[in-house]
Amino acid sequence: MHVENLTLAYGADAPVVTGLTLEVPAGQLTAVVGPNGSGKSTLLRGMSRLLPPQSGQVLLDGQDIHTLPARELARKLGVLPQGPVTPEGITAAELVSRGRHPHRGLFGRLTAEDDAAIEEALAAVELTELRERPVDQLSGGQRQRVWIAMVLAQGTPHLLLDEPTTYLDLAHAVDVMNVVHAAAHTSGRTVVAVLHDLTLAAQYADHLVVMGQGRIAAEGRPVDVLTAELLHDVFGLQATVVEVGGAPVVVPDRRLVG
Amino acid sequence: MKSRTIVLSIAFAVLAVLVALVSLSIGTTKLPVADVVEVLLGGGRRGTRLVVLELRLPRVATGLLVGIAFAVSGALLQTLSRNPLASPDIVGVNSGASAGAVAVIVLAGSGGGNISGAAAKVGIPLAAVLGGLLATLIVGALSIQRGVVDAGRVVLIGVGIAAAANSLVAWLLVIGDVNDAGRAAAWLAGSLNARAWSDAIPVLVAVVLLLPVAMSFNRDLSALVLGDDVASSLGVRVARIRLALLIVATVLAALATAGAGPIAFVALVAPQIAQRLTRMERPPLLTTAMLGALFVVLADLLARNGLQWLQVGPYELPVGVVTAACGAPYLLHLIGRQQKGR
Repeated sequence: MHVENLTLAYGADAPVVTGLTLEVPAGQLTAVVGPNGSGKSTLLRGMSRLLPPQSGQVLLDGQDIHTLPARELARKLGVLPQGPVTPEGITAAELVSRGRHPHRGLFGRLTAEDDAAIEEALAAVELTELRERPVDQLSGGQRQRVWIAMVLAQGTPHLLLDEPTTYLDLAHAVDVMNVVHAAAHTSGRTVVAVLHDLTLAAQYADHLVVMGQGRIAAEGRPVDVLTAELLHDVFGLQATVVEVGGAPVVVPDRRLVG
Repeated sequence: MKSRTIVLSIAFAVLAVLVALVSLSIGTTKLPVADVVEVLLGGGRRGTRLVVLELRLPRVATGLLVGIAFAVSGALLQTLSRNPLASPDIVGVNSGASAGAVAVIVLAGSGGGNISGAAAKVGIPLAAVLGGLLATLIVGALSIQRGVVDAGRVVLIGVGIAAAANSLVAWLLVIGDVNDAGRAAAWLAGSLNARAWSDAIPVLVAVVLLLPVAMSFNRDLSALVLGDDVASSLGVRVARIRLALLIVATVLAALATAGAGPIAFVALVAPQIAQRLTRMERPPLLTTAMLGALFVVLADLLARNGLQWLQVGPYELPVGVVTAACGAPYLLHLIGRQQKGR
């Protein structure tokens, strides 16, 4: 996946992302981080055709995503938007089965292949036993994993996830990140996730993209990118970066008053 | 389709047919149900045939058809806006259609007599469809925020448009000839009284053509309930499908309104009950359609005979009075649930 000189804006407002170029490493987990309003979620919307670009293009296997038919794109690129709304009463298995939509014919019932993809996705997020449970009765972390299973069942070689761990406590966030990491490394997908938590992003990402003011401020391996200097320049944060197990951990400096 | 959905659809369809048969047998001359069935199968005596086929069947058929049309319209609008309150009777579609139809009744009315000929056969349904589409267009346009239709605004603006259309109707009734206005007022209560085949046919055409169209979008609707962003990343062309189904829903409700008046609450209640009973995350179209048909023929049976059975007197009520009496408490229940959800 390749982003070429992409400029994104909402309506006539000032651009949120300006002239951004990004080569997404294939078969790896790329995390996009940045301060609030830096344009990271907007970038993901632009990469997923939810937001048409003002200029530039997004190439998927060399083809502009805006020239691909909707269904064909949906078989190549799965997208999980931020905070999806779960319809009342839908069961986990039904929600996951919706991911098969782009593969089914006009009157298509679920095929054996569809069933296999649904089972595999439920197993990947470790929710096979809860398949008949209404999703709105699951915990926040389980609910988010059902949604991820939905995009996994879509069976696309490329995945875009917008803040999949937001509002989750650390244990649930780690569960979700394990699934996201496995989607890249076990199944060979190219995954791009917008993340809020810098340390979590650095622990899991192969490639880290730091955004600031609609541009890429830095990108590369997390150990190389996430430095105290960058945190100061991009996030306005005084912090110490320590390394644990080969990945950087951000420890904010305290400024105690009184 | 899940087996539960299929079983319930069949059950409602069978019940609707049974109620329809009872309804065909009751009247000034009581007929045994067996005779009614014989007539419907092509036999029977000439006098019986006349009573059943020419006098009673148009009313019952219109009832079944408008029940289907209103209910499916409600199911579509509720699914598209993800709001159980968004049904054509709440968001102004029926009111817009009523304004169109009343305009024809009052402005093209002959004063003393019934309007007849082209004005009645084509004019009323056409004006109702135009009025309904106009209401939908205005509600849709005013509900758009940042390029997307805001589900919450649809209901608020729809209620406003319904009020505006209703006051237009009131004005038309005031300026109209008293006989025309009287006829229009009776029609506005939602009545199946004295329906003829000419009332049933536009609704029949709409149901036969548009129900399959709506059902062909079943899978896209299943994706749409997950939100516009998710649906479009699953390959659904959201804007195009929403526009197409909005038009389908509007035409169904408008032609049903033209056929029998704006019968209240069918479009609101039938989809919600069908959804609860089938335990689906959106109203299932076929089950909703069959439940709508059952609701209207049953309400009409009660409206025609209820007061007599209670020995109050030989009065008939408009069917809309009965559906409103059942539907209004349900609306309050829905509003209560929505507020608790906040």
